[in-house]
Amino acid sequence: MSIYPDRTSTLPDDQRIVMTAVGLASPNGPNLESYREALLAGRSGVRNYNIRYVGDTHAGVCEFEGTKYQNRRDARRGTRAGTVGIWSASEAIARSGLDWANVDKSRVGIYIGITEHGNVETENEIYSISQFNYDTTVWSHHHNPRTVANNPAGEIALNLGITGPHYTIGAACAAGNAGIIQGVQMLRLGECDLAIAGGVSESIHTFGIFASFKSQGALASHGDPTKASRPFDKDRSGIVVAEGGCLYILERLSDAKKRSANIIAEIVSYAINTDATDFVLPNPERQAQCVRLALARGGLNPEQIQIVSTHATGTTSGDNQECEALRQVFSGVPGVRFNNTKSFIGHTMGAAGALELAGNLPSFQDGVCHATINVDNLDPTCALDGLVINQPQELGRIDYILNNSFGMLGINSVLVVRRF
Amino acid sequence: MTAAEIRNEILDILSDIAPDEDLSGLDDSKSFREQMELDSMDFLDIVMELRKRHRVQIPEEDYGNLASMHLTVTYLEPKMRDIVAA
Repeated sequence: MSIYPDRTSTLPDDQRIVMTAVGLASPNGPNLESYREALLAGRSGVRNYNIRYVGDTHAGVCEFEGTKYQNRRDARRGTRAGTVGIWSASEAIARSGLDWANVDKSRVGIYIGITEHGNVETENEIYSISQFNYDTTVWSHHHNPRTVANNPAGEIALNLGITGPHYTIGAACAAGNAGIIQGVQMLRLGECDLAIAGGVSESIHTFGIFASFKSQGALASHGDPTKASRPFDKDRSGIVVAEGGCLYILERLSDAKKRSANIIAEIVSYAINTDATDFVLPNPERQAQCVRLALARGGLNPEQIQIVSTHATGTTSGDNQECEALRQVFSGVPGVRFNNTKSFIGHTMGAAGALELAGNLPSFQDGVCHATINVDNLDPTCALDGLVINQPQELGRIDYILNNSFGMLGINSVLVVRRF
Repeated sequence: MTAAEIRNEILDILSDIAPDEDLSGLDDSKSFREQMELDSMDFLDIVMELRKRHRVQIPEEDYGNLASMHLTVTYLEPKMRDIVAA
């Protein structure tokens, strides 16, 4: 009999899905340990950045030893998203305790969330042919395999010899959560025995995403790049675009127990819904519904959640609407804390949901909730009771984390995980 | 470009395509594929780079002339004779 009062605990072990490892590339760390250390130390991963046509701006840039898992020939042939994905997947496998050489690769599924893919490669080719008077005969033959929507997942499959299903899930900035949710569903359906799931992003290499946010009045700018990403602060100026990757090894609890795996968390519930009200503006009613749906599916009450990892990106509208949604669900609930990881790393787009959750997972061990940094002048509209500002907070035992991730075209996603 | 300059140019292109390969002991008389891990997309890279760098057009039916360094240089010599090496 489980000590946890949630619905998932009553399921048979082959329907319970656990996370047994995570591999990641964050702008402030290439693995969970360094990333967590930076979050607790209040260290930003945002730097000054220059990109074609847009010029000087800020971005979250990842540094990792790519050649550890991928030769330079394949890196040149493939995409940055593929390289970030290969790094993240390989790191997760290396940390999983799996006897990878003897894992049946036909039973491994790869489910990667992406916000967008192909813009980088298309922009590069157009720039390239512009140097040749737009002669399309110099357009690269690598363009199609680089830009097919399954590219990041396919590059991981090629690199690791995985022959089970591989594909990406396009879900705007909710994609990281969506990739994990897809992995959970496929494991429950028996479509695979092991899922590599999460999200990746190469978005800092497309000028278009910066230019579009700038045209929208939603691109962050600050004299100090480490202070540019400032959700909930009155002086915020918009989004800091970042690259990143975060992939989990997901398994059925029955399989994880069989191999005595180290379990870092159990996925107890999730929900995805849609605003259906605007291309870009969020809808707090639908966001609140999504959170409530995730709680209800898991048989959970708001009082059971200790940490809410917010999606807020540093835009006035987005931050305010999410806070309104959270008030609808958590108002008057004592003990719940809210934090924001984008304030440290910027918006890692397709990776955001998975990566922001990863930053919070060590709290199951250390009992600490990392902060939202760069809040010098809290917007009163965002003054949630329980918002952890600028300094981490010791909470003691933490059992449940709820992870918000929302995106354009009104996609909302919520994931709830529990200590194991 | 002389035959030696064309050979150096091909080596430079190959080092871009396959940066992890050691090209110092390349045998000009043996096929590239016998000595390096190259596939059809890599051969297209050679064709593309020659087009970009020197505006040399290689029709598809001539791709077989790029099988080895010796064959490649022999094939390219008349096409690149008037190009001045950088």
